[in-house]
Amino acid sequence: MSDQSHSHPTPGLYLLILGALVVGTCLTWGIAFIDLGRWNPVVALTIAVVKAVLVILFFMHVHYSSKLTKLTISAGFFWLMIMITMSLSDYLTRTFLPQ
Amino acid sequence: MPTEKMRRSPLSTSQTTTTDHHPALAHQFDSMEQQQEASTFGMWVFLLTEIMMFGGLFTAYLIYRLKYYPAFVAGSTSISVSWGFANTLVLIVSSFTMAMTVWAAQNGKRKAQVWLLIATMILGAAFLGVKAKEYYDKWDECHIPGHVIGKGFNAWGGCSATNKSLGNIAEEIRDPKEHGNVNVTEVSAEQTAKQTEIFFSFYFLMTGLHAFHMVIGLGLLTWLLLRAKSGEFGPAYYTPIELGGLYWHFVDIVWIFLFPLLYLISRHQHGV
Repeated sequence: MSDQSHSHPTPGLYLLILGALVVGTCLTWGIAFIDLGRWNPVVALTIAVVKAVLVILFFMHVHYSSKLTKLTISAGFFWLMIMITMSLSDYLTRTFLPQ
Repeated sequence: MPTEKMRRSPLSTSQTTTTDHHPALAHQFDSMEQQQEASTFGMWVFLLTEIMMFGGLFTAYLIYRLKYYPAFVAGSTSISVSWGFANTLVLIVSSFTMAMTVWAAQNGKRKAQVWLLIATMILGAAFLGVKAKEYYDKWDECHIPGHVIGKGFNAWGGCSATNKSLGNIAEEIRDPKEHGNVNVTEVSAEQTAKQTEIFFSFYFLMTGLHAFHMVIGLGLLTWLLLRAKSGEFGPAYYTPIELGGLYWHFVDIVWIFLFPLLYLISRHQHGV
């Protein structure tokens, strides 16, 4: 939001984010020892994405930055997703057909 | 005014040419806010190129993990998840102290700024220390990838494992206790052990590149520490601290993805 561009996060908010990141790290470590079958990597990566988003939005102040910065960062991650999903959609589906 | 006469031509009537301004304000910017906005934007463009570089490595890693899954499980479970977990916490806390450094600069707390920077650097150094210990363990277990390098280390008397390079991983794969229900032949165990070299190549390349970024980060923080000590940063000007923080948090984010992807493959079958 542009009206937030001059406000800054407080130590209290930073502590809250730190707490969330520590909880996320412990969760991802604990869940790794539970057999969830094919969902293990999905859960681990979901927690990692949530942690990364928290760092980006609050520690890196993107939540408080201008629309131009937000748009640029979103575009960058969109391109990253194109690289990963297009590459994996090839390799993941190669075994779907009998060889 | 004499200074006005010395100018060959007045370029504009903006504040930079007509009035006193903050010493850190570069002449091409109208205001400190505009300067910080441009600097932050530029830093993000740089970080996005970094994200694409690490992103390429992550994509390659995911493809090979798919292709050689059993070998990647064997490689992943041979690295210490406890040290990886501890290091993740260390890096997250260092990100917190870095965020607090920016806060201290914004609020003109000079002493707090310096101490928080020092805390961030100590945590960063602790991370690198743990990483060095992990690397040493891999060397000791003859898990350095590459036949030539592996042999070189053995000839040097570097690694203490009785078998040749990656030999103990082949032992583990053959061990019926490790893979009770899977029928592993001698040939396939040997082959899987060789494929773990691909895992270790990714492991050393990705964590090595990450550690290299940490070293650069520590250099940047030293530079910021010296400037912060001289009292350069305050509520009006803290852009270098802000950008140093962006870099430090980016390195933290890379590790947030490296930890689950490298350390946590199929842990439920193999334990700590």
